[in-house]
Parts: sequence; C-alpha cells; structure tokens
Amino acid sequence: MNAVAAQPSPATTSQNRAEAESLLEIRGLYKHFPLADGFLEQLHFEKGRLVRRNEQVHAINGVDLSVQRGEALCVVGESGCGKSTVARLVMGLLSPSAGEISYAGQRIDNMRGKRLLPYRQRMQMIFQNPYASLNPRMTIQQTLEEPLRFHHPDWTTPQVQDKVADVMASVGIDPEWGKRFGHEFSGGQRQRIAIARALAVDPEFIVADEPISALDVSIQAQVLNLLMDAQAERHLTYLFITHDLAVVEHFGTRVAVMYLGTVCELADTRSLFARPKHPYTQALLSAIPRLDDDRPEHVRLSGEVPTPVHLPSGCVFHGRCPHAMERCRQEVPQLIVADDGNQVACHAVEEGRL
Amino acid sequence: MTTTTAITPSRWKRFRNSYLVYSFKRDWIAQFCLAIFLCILLGAVCAPWLAPMNPYDLTQINILNSELPPIWVDGADALFPLGTDAQGRDLLSTILYGARVSLIIGFGAVMLQALIGVTVGLLAGYLGGRIDAFLMRLADIQLSFSTLMVAIIVGALIKAVFGGAVYSDYAVWLLVLIIGLAEWPQYARTVRASVLAERSKEYVDAARVMGYRDRRIMFRHILPNTLSPIFVISTVQIANAIISEAALSFLGLGMPETQPSLGSLIKSGFDYLQSGSWWITLIPGAVLVVLVLVVNLLGDWLRDVMNPRLYKG
Repeated sequence: MNAVAAQPSPATTSQNRAEAESLLEIRGLYKHFPLADGFLEQLHFEKGRLVRRNEQVHAINGVDLSVQRGEALCVVGESGCGKSTVARLVMGLLSPSAGEISYAGQRIDNMRGKRLLPYRQRMQMIFQNPYASLNPRMTIQQTLEEPLRFHHPDWTTPQVQDKVADVMASVGIDPEWGKRFGHEFSGGQRQRIAIARALAVDPEFIVADEPISALDVSIQAQVLNLLMDAQAERHLTYLFITHDLAVVEHFGTRVAVMYLGTVCELADTRSLFARPKHPYTQALLSAIPRLDDDRPEHVRLSGEVPTPVHLPSGCVFHGRCPHAMERCRQEVPQLIVADDGNQVACHAVEEGRL
Repeated sequence: MTTTTAITPSRWKRFRNSYLVYSFKRDWIAQFCLAIFLCILLGAVCAPWLAPMNPYDLTQINILNSELPPIWVDGADALFPLGTDAQGRDLLSTILYGARVSLIIGFGAVMLQALIGVTVGLLAGYLGGRIDAFLMRLADIQLSFSTLMVAIIVGALIKAVFGGAVYSDYAVWLLVLIIGLAEWPQYARTVRASVLAERSKEYVDAARVMGYRDRRIMFRHILPNTLSPIFVISTVQIANAIISEAALSFLGLGMPETQPSLGSLIKSGFDYLQSGSWWITLIPGAVLVVLVLVVNLLGDWLRDVMNPRLYKG
C-alpha cells in the first residue's frame, strides 16, 4: 500500500470537500431593522434642540454558518435571538444589511425574480403557525396544485394531479381531503399539508422555522418523524429553527446556538450536549429538566437579555457571563475551532480559562 | 377518520349552510329590507314593461294632464295612479324610470370606485414604502375635494367644451364617472388596511417562498381574503352614491329634466310644493328615502354578520 500516493495534497481535499458537501454558505451576515421608518418619526426633541436619530434593531450581527449536504443543522436560542430572521434571510423573505448567502456555490442574496426561480424549487420553507400558513380561501387541492402548475407550466392536468396525490400520500394525508379548506383540519393535519406543499416541488433543502412549536405535544412527535422520514427518503437537508432542546437532541446533526444575533457555539449534537463549551450553552443545557434531577445544579444567569437596539460592546454575553473579564467587554470574540473540531466564540475558551 | 372521508358538500349546499344564510333567516329586518329592495330593483329593471307610459317619449305626454293629484285625492284621473308632474308625465312611470337611472348610477359609480379603490389599496398595502405614501396622499387629496366640487368642475368643463346637448346625452355616465372618482379613497383605505393585516400572515410568505410574482400574490392570494370588508363597504357606498346623485340632480348638476332620476324629479316638483302639488316632490322623495334606508340597513346587517369579532369562522 502506498500511503503517499493515496493521499492528495491537503489543500485540494478540503477545498473539494467544501464544494461537494456545503450546500448553503452564510458569510458575515448582518440584518438591521430601522425603528422609525419616516423622516418625521426620526426627529426627537432633546435638550431644547431637534435632533434626527435613526435607531436600529440589530437582529443579526455577523453570522457565519454553513449547512452541509444531507445534514440537519439546528439553530437554537431564546426568543428574539434572531434565529427566525436567519431563516427568512436565507429564503429571501428579507434582504440582508450586509453579508453573503450562497447556495451550492452560487450567491443568491442579491438575486431577484426570474433568476431566483430555480432556487425556489430547490429550497423550500415550512412555517411555524399552520393556522396561518394555508390560504383560507383555497382548497387543499388548489394549494398543492398551484406550485406545480407554476413551476411546471408544461405539465398536463393528470400529471399535476398524480403528483399531488403522491405527495399527499407521502405525508400521510388522504387524497380525498383535497376538496376541503384549511380551516376544516386540525393543527397537525394542517402542518402535514404545509409540508406537502413544500415537498411538492421536490426541494433538496428545507428551512423549517419552528415547525412543531405551535402543535400539540402528542402531534409534535408525529410531525417530527414525518420530517425525518422525508429526509431519509428524499435525501433532504434541513435548516431547523427551534427553541426546543429535546427536539435538537433527537433531530439535529449539528447545532448552532445563537444569542442576541450572533452564533456563540457550533458543534456536533452529541458533543454539544456532552461537553458544552460556551458559558451560554452551558446555562442553556443546564435548564433542561431531567428525570434524575434530585439536586438540580442550574447555572443561574443574572439579569435580562440586553436590548438589540443598543448592543453591548465586546462579547454580547459579557453582562450575564460568570467568566467575563476586561477583554470580553472590549473585544468581539470570533468563532474559533476548538481541539475537538467544534466552533465556539468565547475569549475564556480561547484563553483556556474554561 | 370516517368523518373526514364523507362527501364534501357542493358550493350551493355550503352557501345554504353558511352563517350568512343562517343569520338572514333569523333577522326579519334583513328579510324585510331585502324584499323591499328587490321590489324596487325589479320595478326599475322592468320599467319599460311595467310603466303605464314612457316619460321619455314626448308624443305620450299631454300638457293638459299636468299637475293631476294621486287617485286618493279629489280631482284625480284613474289613468295616473300617483298623479302627474308639471309637464303632464305620469308620476308612477317617471318614478320607475327614475329609480332605474338612480340605481344605474349607484351601482355604476360603486363599481368604478371599487375598481380604482381596490387596485390602489392593494398596491399601497402590498408594496408599501414610497408607493404606499404616494398613493395614500393622493387619496387624502381626493377626499379633501367634496363630490359637489368635482361635479361642478367636471360638469362645467364638459358643458363648456361639448355643449349642453352632449352633456344631457351622456349625463348618466358622467355622473357615474364623477361619483366614482370622488369616492374611491373610501375603498382604497379599507382595502389597504386589510391587505396590511393579510400581508403579514404566513400564507403570503409561503407564496413568496414559492416564487410567485407579486401580481399573482396580490390578486390570487390576498384579494380573496379581503372580500368581506369590500362587500360591506359596497352596500354603504351604493346608498351614498344614490344620495350623491340625488343631491347633484337637485342642485341642477345631475340628470336633465328630460331623463329624470329620483333627484331631478324631486327638484322639478320643488317649485310646485308651495302651490299645493306636493305629490311631485314627496312621492319620489319617499321612494328615495326608502331605497337608501333599506340598502343601509342591509349593509348594517352584512357588517354585523361579516365582522370576525362577532362571529368566528
């Protein structure tokens, strides 16, 4: 065996792997929402003078993520940390203030209209609230047929109807229900219909924005299993937004933990749950209730999440972090690769204090 | 699972079982109003066949028959059940023809208002930003002109440019145009408000993620969901348009006396009110009041039925 000949140069391997495996690349993503839209709303009366102030909500502050082909990347974090905004930016429902989003090597954040259409088929989205994501004036059949007729104008009516029946069967809804309207179904059935709509155009990548948060606990498992089955059958890649850590442990290949618009830790699910590195992740995981929890050792965080209008300097977590030092107040930590390959944005971890 | 496979009811059956029909069956005021409205509508539509004479046909009019009272008053002629006006026209026929003109103007003006208002409201609400600000300021400017002012300016312009004869030939369509142009902002504001509410719902996001074009999303997805307020405002606006037409005609800015609407009929009798011929003004006036009242009451009922805060569905 010739070890030298079997190994190509390391540079080409990593490059090839990045091209072959990375489906979605997010680089330096920022999103700001202005608080006051109009000029008159920006005027304030301060110390006897009129001043113009244009305040902004800093929803996303420099997010770098890449989703590998075939994986389920879970994004977790508490309300308002920007995880849904990331999902909407990826799907083009919002346009980023700065940064790049590329899909399969092609930059898509600056595309509009017709040029984006092929990507609309390849990327689809499942929404949080199944009670609002179906058009109340359309029957299920119409809801499912419209994407097919739109993306395949050359298909005949029987072709479209066959495809709709297929996709309905694959998500476990009776094709007979097609004549009915969305409001005649329960939440779980509606979410299945919403999943069927996303799957109808045969996507390879699905952004799921808290798809089970609005459902009954008994239904959550069913829908989650449906998503996992679809992944296995159709080789789907997921960007899965959730705040439910139990779901992450069950569903995710990798996990990105977000806090105040930044990614603080990005790791394999198993190693994240076994050895969380970032102080915020540690606090988050210690908050999961355990059955064997006689003497809980919660990491108690003091204070509140700071307002995203006036971001703290340095590390966004320094005000609540038990390990914060002067450097954390000054310098924004970058994601660094730790010795086990996981990424974490923390000065304390970098310096070996943690 | 057995219930879900039951036969889906047809459209007509769904309508018959709807809350709209349910509440209609239990509201005698609504039934009464709809009956009266249908009577007037039927009389107006079938005027050429129902009316004893044609008030537009000068050969059927005899000036010697002028100012005859209705039949329950002394000195009446059995040929003219509601009496005649100052030109000898049969008042019943003239009212039937006049209601026809009033209703054509009412419906026509509302259709024009709805066309302009719904388009503007949809565009403003969906596109937002500068387009929204521009269109809504346009609506504010339009609202600051009263219907009367628009009518006086347009009427004077047309009369000056084309002459009085052309004006009377096209008076109906000019009034449709004037009242339609004057009141579209009502629609635009209502539609914009409901579009803003609908646009933030996830089914619109789902449509955008699917890659549909803006026009498809606006007309196929958002517009059908804003129909209830459009229906409600339409009934009120029909009553308003009929009143506006009557007011304009009363001031001499509307229908000419040769093709009387209810408003110009009231006006033509107004000069004779003091000399005892009260019926020429009061009977068409009563018809106008009843017509507007029933339309308004129907509108009120529809608003109560379609108000999602009162009933959920």
